[in-house]
Amino acid sequence: MSESNLLLQQRLRAVEAADCAQELLDSVEALAALADEGAVDALIRVLGYNNPGAAVAAVDGLIKIGTPAASALLTQIDGYNYGARAWALRVLSGIGDPRGLDLILETAVEDFSLSVRRAAARGLGAIQWEKLPKERREQEQSRVIQSLITVLEDVEWVVRYGAVVGLEGVAIAAAQEGFVALADPIVGGLSDRIKKDDTLAVQARAQWALSQIQLLEQH
Amino acid sequence: MANESEFKESAPQITFEQAIANLRQTEDIGDRYYAAWWLGRFGTGEPEVINLLLVALEDTQDRAPDGGFPLRRNAARALGKIGNPSVVSALIASLECSDYYVREAAAQSLEALNATESVEKLVSLLAGGVEAAIEVPGKPHLVQPYNAILEALGRLGDTHIVPIVEPFLAHSTVQVKNAAARAMYQLTGQGSYAERLVETLQCDDLQLRRSALLDLGEIGYLPAAAAIAETLAENSIKLIALRGVLEKEISAANHLVSSQTCDVMKLMDSLL
Repeated sequence: MSESNLLLQQRLRAVEAADCAQELLDSVEALAALADEGAVDALIRVLGYNNPGAAVAAVDGLIKIGTPAASALLTQIDGYNYGARAWALRVLSGIGDPRGLDLILETAVEDFSLSVRRAAARGLGAIQWEKLPKERREQEQSRVIQSLITVLEDVEWVVRYGAVVGLEGVAIAAAQEGFVALADPIVGGLSDRIKKDDTLAVQARAQWALSQIQLLEQH
Repeated sequence: MANESEFKESAPQITFEQAIANLRQTEDIGDRYYAAWWLGRFGTGEPEVINLLLVALEDTQDRAPDGGFPLRRNAARALGKIGNPSVVSALIASLECSDYYVREAAAQSLEALNATESVEKLVSLLAGGVEAAIEVPGKPHLVQPYNAILEALGRLGDTHIVPIVEPFLAHSTVQVKNAAARAMYQLTGQGSYAERLVETLQCDDLQLRRSALLDLGEIGYLPAAAAIAETLAENSIKLIALRGVLEKEISAANHLVSSQTCDVMKLMDSLL
C-alpha cells in the first residue's frame, strides 16, 4: 500500500471510530484535508449525521474533491432526507458541475433554507461552463441569468446579495465566450438593485458588480 | 443547518383584525399574550394598535408563577418594534417594573426607538455600580438587565456617562463586560474598547463568540472585518456582522464602493 493510501485508510477508520461530536469533527476535518477521491463515500455519509460542524467540514472536503463528489451526489440525492439534501445542494453549488445545473437553479429559487438558497445563488456564478458543449452554453447561461434575476427579489438580503455575486460571475463567463447580448439583462437587474434595494450592503455589492462588468465591456 | 433558525417565516396563524380583537379582550390571557407578540412582528404603528399595547403594558391579570408580567414583556418588546416617540414615556415608566424581563424589554425598546430622553432613567438603574451588580438569589439573572442597559446607553448616551459605564468593564460576567466594551467604544470612539470584543472572537465558548460577532457588526468596527471572517461560527452570523461593518463604512464615507468596502465585500463573498 502506498503511503498516501495508508493515510487515507487511517483517517477513514478514525471517522468510523469517532464516538463523540468533537472526535467526529476532528476526524472529518482530517479526512477532508486529504481531498482524496477515496474519501467521497465516507464524507457523504457524514452529511446525514445531524452534526452541523462535521457536515460543514465534509462539505468543504467534497467541494475540494470536485467532479467525483458531484457524480456520487447526483446519483444519490433523490433518496436523501431534507437535512442531508440541503448539505448535498451546498456541495453541488460549490463545485458548479453543469450536470447539477437544474438542481442548483431550482434550489436558488425555492429552497426552504436561506443559507442553501444563498449558496446556490452564489454557485450559479461559478458553473464549470467548459464542461458543457460549446453550442449549449449561451442558452444555459441565459437560463441561469433569468433565474438569478428572480432571486434578486428574494425576501432575505443575504440571498439577494448572493444573487448579485452569482450574476457577476455569469457576466464574466458570458463575456469570455463573447455572448454580448447576455450582458443587458444583468446590467438591468443590477441597476435595479442599486436603485431600490432596501439593504445598503446589497446596493453596494450591485454597484461593485456593475462597475466590474462595465470594465469588461470596455476591453 | 436546521438550527440556524433561518427558515422562511411561516405564515401567521391569525389575521390583523383577529390580533386586534384578541389584544382588546381580557377573557383569554393566552390569546392576548400571543396577539401582543404578533402585532410586534407583523403589525404596523396605527394609533389603535399602539393604544392597545400601551394598555397591555400596564396589565395586572397575566401573572407568571414568579410574580412576573408576561403580557407586559411582550407589549414592551412590540412597542420597540412598531412604536413611535409617543410611547417613550410609558416605556421609561416600565423601567421601574418589578419584573426583570419587563425592564430588559423596555431598555431594548428605548434603544430601538432612539429615545435619548431615557438616558437619565437608564443611568439610575446602574446605581451602586459594579458592587451592586450581583445575582438575584434563586434566579438566573443579575439584579438589573445590565446588558440591555449598557447597550442602550452606548447608543443613546454621550461622553458624560463614560465614568458610569467604564467600571462595568471589570464586571465578572463576560456578557456584561462585552456590553460595557461595546458601549465604551460607541461613547468614546476608541478602538481599544472594540479590540476587547475582537479578543472574545477567539474564546472557547461559541455563544460568546456569536454575541461578540453581533456586537462588532452592531458597532460596525472596520478593523475587525478579517477577524470576523475567520471566527469559528456559522457563516450566517459572520455575514450579518460583516454587513454591519460594511454599512457603517458606507454611511461614514457616503460611498457605496471604495477600497475599504470592497475589502469587506470580498470577505462576505467568501462566506456565501
